[in-house]
Amino acid sequence: METISEYLSSDHHCCDDYFATAEVHAAKRDWAAAAASFEQFRSTMTHHFEMEEHILFPAFEQETGMTQGPTQVMRMEHEQMRELFARMAAAVTAQDADEYAGLSETLLILLQQHNLKEENVLYPMSEQAFGSKGEAVLRQMKEMSTVA
Amino acid sequence: MNAPDSGLSLEQAPPISVPFRFFLSAPLFLLLAALLLLVSGPQVLLSRWTPALLALTHLITLGFLSMIMIGALMQQLPVVAGAPMRRQLLVAWMVHIPLLAGTLMLVSGLLYSQTALLRLAIFPLGLAFSSFLVAAAGSLSASQVHHATTRAMRFAGTSLALAAGLGITLAGTLGGYFNLPLNELVGLHVGWGLLGWVGLLVMGVAYQVVPMFQLTPAYPARLTRWLGGSVFLLLCGWSLAPQLPLPLATWGTSLTAAGLAIGFALFAGTTLYLHKKRRRKLVDVTLRFWRTGMLSLLAAIALWTTAHLTSAIADDPRYPIALGILFMFGFAISVVIGMLYKIVPFLVWLHLQSRLPRDKPAPNMKQIIPDHGSRRHWWMHMATLLLLLGSMAWPQLVYPAGLSLGLASCMLWLNLLAATRLYRQLAR
Repeated sequence: METISEYLSSDHHCCDDYFATAEVHAAKRDWAAAAASFEQFRSTMTHHFEMEEHILFPAFEQETGMTQGPTQVMRMEHEQMRELFARMAAAVTAQDADEYAGLSETLLILLQQHNLKEENVLYPMSEQAFGSKGEAVLRQMKEMSTVA
Repeated sequence: MNAPDSGLSLEQAPPISVPFRFFLSAPLFLLLAALLLLVSGPQVLLSRWTPALLALTHLITLGFLSMIMIGALMQQLPVVAGAPMRRQLLVAWMVHIPLLAGTLMLVSGLLYSQTALLRLAIFPLGLAFSSFLVAAAGSLSASQVHHATTRAMRFAGTSLALAAGLGITLAGTLGGYFNLPLNELVGLHVGWGLLGWVGLLVMGVAYQVVPMFQLTPAYPARLTRWLGGSVFLLLCGWSLAPQLPLPLATWGTSLTAAGLAIGFALFAGTTLYLHKKRRRKLVDVTLRFWRTGMLSLLAAIALWTTAHLTSAIADDPRYPIALGILFMFGFAISVVIGMLYKIVPFLVWLHLQSRLPRDKPAPNMKQIIPDHGSRRHWWMHMATLLLLLGSMAWPQLVYPAGLSLGLASCMLWLNLLAATRLYRQLAR
């Protein structure tokens, strides 16, 4: 059976692919393609963040009683990334390849560090905390995907 | 299971001044190495034992490589191991200044054959390494995180302790404190320093950063689980083998050395293969430096293997020097510089964006260190590597090699300085 870790990690992987595609298009100044793949990247990421912020994190906080701990740091990093998405979108609109490349480079490290922390620490901690309730949390997240 | 142990706490990252003092000092030692090369000329390459070459080697290994590796570890260890380092600022002071002073003393002692300086250098260098190792051990022992990277870091740290201990013993022997067999000690010192401390740390770091920076697949779990420990055990075996009775001693040494060569070749080959499989198609400057590093490592292994089969090469005094150029300059320095070009702009961005008001976004990484600056440096770095290797055949090339090394180190220093000044300007 698929675990929370597997499900969310493979979603990270999928976001990475969109990220790489958008970056190449922007570097080639193929703005129509860049806009399309960036939008795909951004919407996949946003959806991923929402699954975590609306379902995983609250469940984790309820189960462990830790509201100021790891989930708080993850939320803050989501905010930092959302700000970068906004600036990247502006760079695509302005067709500014240098600005996009710089933001993309910055986002890559922030995002990968964030993913590592989630995959190595937060997801395993959540699974441990949820125990048998994990299945329900996973189902809720998947339902959110089909609605969206 | 509380937050500070989980690797997700905010307070773990040290102030930016902790790593940056190391990063900004290191290129100056490379510049000193370049000047030394220019002043000594072709004579420096006559044998690995010339005072100038011994001094040059330590400018690179202590002044450049260890300086940056320690600075980066003080930054990354709390993040990777998920355990804060206690009294980071105090530790930074207790490591940085003594390492700086000790390296200068040791290098001048070696260059001018001043035994008093060698004896004196023991104290600051001993203080620097022991302060760092105690702090790192404290952080690692509190860590709940156990993966291939923290494991490799433990092995690398132990290797550093051995290499530094052997180095201090050597300085003491040259300084007249002890009477010990120099050749054997040098062999052990070089093995633990280069293969253990440098090699194992690069491996551990690569497991995390290669997939992260280039979006490659992860290193195969079978490799990461065994490689670090095997290299460490092989180094132990290789160090102890000479104590065995005679035919066994020779076989033991050859077998363990061959094992080490295979281990590092596997690492370099896998890294190049992963680079080929990367999903991020752009070729950035870090990728260029890392490819240069891995190809140089493979070339070093090929040269070592050839020397073991051909006594004409093994007996040539240029052989250990060429091996050193490939391993230290081609492999270690390239990889370390490749890392710096990611860590430095990212840290500046990270610290700035938490300090600046919301309506004033932090400059992006490529505004902090522009591509053209780092790319120009890579070209100069490549020229230096080729000229250094060329000087093995045409000793006069040592002059352009020194010049190009000097230019490359200035480029690195200016790139890092520009990033630091931008930070200072905006963070005010």
